[in-house]
Amino acid sequence: MTTAHAEAADANLPHEPEKATLEGRNKVLAFWLFLGGEAVLFGTLFATFLALRNQTNEGPSANELFHLPLVAAATFLLLASSLTSVFAIQAMHRNHPAQLRNWLVVTVVLGALFLGLEIYEFSEYVRHEEFGMTTSAFSSAFYTLVGFHGAHVAFGFVWIAVLIGQLSRKGLTVVTAPKIYVSAMYWHFIDVVWVFIFTVVYLLGKVG
Amino acid sequence: MDWITTVDHKKIAVLYLWAGGFFFGIGGLEAILIRIQLIKPMNTFLDAQTFNELITMHGTTMIFLGVMPIIFALMNAVIPLQIGARDVAFPFLNALGFWTFLFGGLLLNLSWIMGGAPDAGWTAYTPLSSADYSATHGVDFYTIGLQIAGLGTLIGGINFLATIITMRAPGMSFMRMPMFAWATFITSAIILFAFPAITVGLVLLTFDRILGANFFDVAGGGNPVLWQHIFWIFGHPEVYILILPAFGIISEVIPTFSRKRLFGYSSMVFATILIAFLGFMVWAHHMFTTGLGPVANALFSVSTMLIAVPTGIKIFNWLFTMWGGQVRFTSANLFAVGFIPTFTMGGVTGVMLASAPADFQFHDTYFVVAHFHYVIVGGLVLGLFSGLHYWWPKMFGRMLSETLGKWTFWTFIIGFHMTFFVQHFLGLMGMQRRVFTYLPNQDFDLLNLISTIGAGLMGVGMIIFLLNVFLTSRKPADAGNDPWEDGRTLEWTIPSPPPEYNFKQTPLVRGLDAFWKEKTAGHKAMTPSEPVGSIHMPSATPLPFVMSVGIFIAGLGFMFSRDEFGSAVMSFLFNNYIVTALGLLITFGSMLLRSLYDDHGWHIEPEELEGS
Ligand code: HEM
Ligand SMILES: [Cu+2]
Repeated sequence: MTTAHAEAADANLPHEPEKATLEGRNKVLAFWLFLGGEAVLFGTLFATFLALRNQTNEGPSANELFHLPLVAAATFLLLASSLTSVFAIQAMHRNHPAQLRNWLVVTVVLGALFLGLEIYEFSEYVRHEEFGMTTSAFSSAFYTLVGFHGAHVAFGFVWIAVLIGQLSRKGLTVVTAPKIYVSAMYWHFIDVVWVFIFTVVYLLGKVG
Repeated sequence: MDWITTVDHKKIAVLYLWAGGFFFGIGGLEAILIRIQLIKPMNTFLDAQTFNELITMHGTTMIFLGVMPIIFALMNAVIPLQIGARDVAFPFLNALGFWTFLFGGLLLNLSWIMGGAPDAGWTAYTPLSSADYSATHGVDFYTIGLQIAGLGTLIGGINFLATIITMRAPGMSFMRMPMFAWATFITSAIILFAFPAITVGLVLLTFDRILGANFFDVAGGGNPVLWQHIFWIFGHPEVYILILPAFGIISEVIPTFSRKRLFGYSSMVFATILIAFLGFMVWAHHMFTTGLGPVANALFSVSTMLIAVPTGIKIFNWLFTMWGGQVRFTSANLFAVGFIPTFTMGGVTGVMLASAPADFQFHDTYFVVAHFHYVIVGGLVLGLFSGLHYWWPKMFGRMLSETLGKWTFWTFIIGFHMTFFVQHFLGLMGMQRRVFTYLPNQDFDLLNLISTIGAGLMGVGMIIFLLNVFLTSRKPADAGNDPWEDGRTLEWTIPSPPPEYNFKQTPLVRGLDAFWKEKTAGHKAMTPSEPVGSIHMPSATPLPFVMSVGIFIAGLGFMFSRDEFGSAVMSFLFNNYIVTALGLLITFGSMLLRSLYDDHGWHIEPEELEGS
């Protein structure tokens, strides 16, 4: 670990750079609070979905629609991306900007693959199953819940991509570190929400 | 320009005050029009459609665009000062919250001139608010306008939570925090957990109306009662978002003007937390008549009545604070004292309504209208008046005229009771709410006349207040640090209005009512907790304003995305979501700019500090 690195590591960077300044601590705290609000948001969407999940209005039902292998693959990609974002934060705590950047790149690539699968899934439903937003209350609830999650992933993708750019330009500092840390929190949150979606929407749709 | 780019919490407070006051005025005019229509039976002053639009916009405007921003104005003006902070945790977000609220409110009110205001009631019950029954864009303005304004509220809530958690002056433990700061803290927590629910509700309703989704449409498998659940799981906590800050204000004003510490401080804190917690458990008391069944009704009935316990504790604590105190009836204190019985009456009718079988009788009558106006106007608005008269010298450096303040109080409170007291009886006699007229000879005539005259008197009170504000603004700004002379909390230790950086040196807090404690120990000022040093300040920026303009454009674009236009260019721009995309681009582009160019702020050096 002591070998001199070519990367521009700042020797003075504190161990947990995201919490080194009041601004950084505020950011992390406020982000926890924000995630509390997000939890209510998704909770409401889940409640709506549960209330309407059998209202298929003579359209396709969950059981007819879902292909678990596809969803399992998507789940795997997203879970893996959560793991790589953990590696990124660990690299940050070891003050390795280059490793940090690489892990972040892997994370957004996995996120993009996940999104690709989801877009493919949605377009299959619309084209072959005639299952669109207006088909039934079930379809509306499905697209809104899963779509909201997808929009969150897309936002996280752009966000982390911007941070990667910032990291290359400004290096790892007490200003950039809280942003990266917070984006990783966000990414884990999205992942947790997906686990619930996988269970409540897909598994329950297949067997429940 | 200064006002558009400011990130100073004190200036943002003033912005909130003017904008909230402006919408409050619009809501007031709408109320007067409603009351003129109801002044006599079978009146033809307004038609039914206009009446529906007026009551919808009156309720929506008053709650979301009138009183909430004025609450935020007081919080912004006072909270950092009360906790001994130089600013809020996120000055940039603070400005963003204000601008999104303002543009959401403007969007909502554009509906008046763009083809019809929302007309489904402030609760927007489905299917009334569905595209089938409400065919103009009115309800779209409601869903999208409120969505944008709600974003601002949520941002503000998170900001206050973070500020209060991390930025209290040394020595100010939570149990030494002034009650208004506690109220702000708990209110913000309620905002954080209640607003996302309405965010989702508004999205679902927007999708139903604009994208043809089926959430609330029975024909497509949807469920209208779902809307009521989502609305009220937000809506009931919302009424505590309104009333807890008023409780906070009363708990500051009464001790100051009684020259005594607040009786039962810890029980006040505890009661506030309990009210907030119970507030989330009682939403279905708005739905007793929906047909949830006797078990659900009984549970929600009992949990609702429980809220009367912590509320009662508060009322007795205020009374015990005045008991044996040297009470001074300044205008601020008149409003605070007037608050107590008025709000209590609203609480009593609340408990009556909470009894499910009785509610079958009261529901959707003027009894409910009387109840919630007693709590919202007789409670919150009196509380806001009290707070405004109390903190005006701190905010603007000028004392409001006491004589005019007392005139405001008496006209307003007499007008208020005239307007709403009789509505209890109208309700018990069966007069329905939300109906644009009534038949003669049902014993409704005289009481309605009295009610309308009372509303006029409240209007007179408002005008006297505005006159007071106007005359005061022409006086010299000569209020001292502690103009009431009995100030107990930290905001009274610094000049009025406070300098940009609030505290030259962060004070050291040595007890509850920090300033009072120093005064009784014979000190004239607070002991500082740090040497005089250079002070870091955030820089002004137009980005929050630009971001909100972007959201505003995106909202309009989405709203008209399915419309047919006379001009081909317009159709092209709207139907392909190009306007929406443009708006979002402006917003996200600004976010990107914000992220790329770090704002390091600037410093005020010790030599530049006044009076150093
Ligand atoms: C002891 C406290 C309270 C109790 C027990 C209580 C109870 C109730 C009940 C049961 C209703 C439903 C009536 C119906 O629609 O049939 C109601 C309506 C209402 N309450 Fe309260 N309430 C209390 C305090 C408050 C406070 C503090 C506020 C606001 C600051 C408030 C604002 C409202 C509003 C706005 C409505 C009408 C909603 C609508 O249908 O448009 N209440 N209250
Ligand atoms: Cu309620």
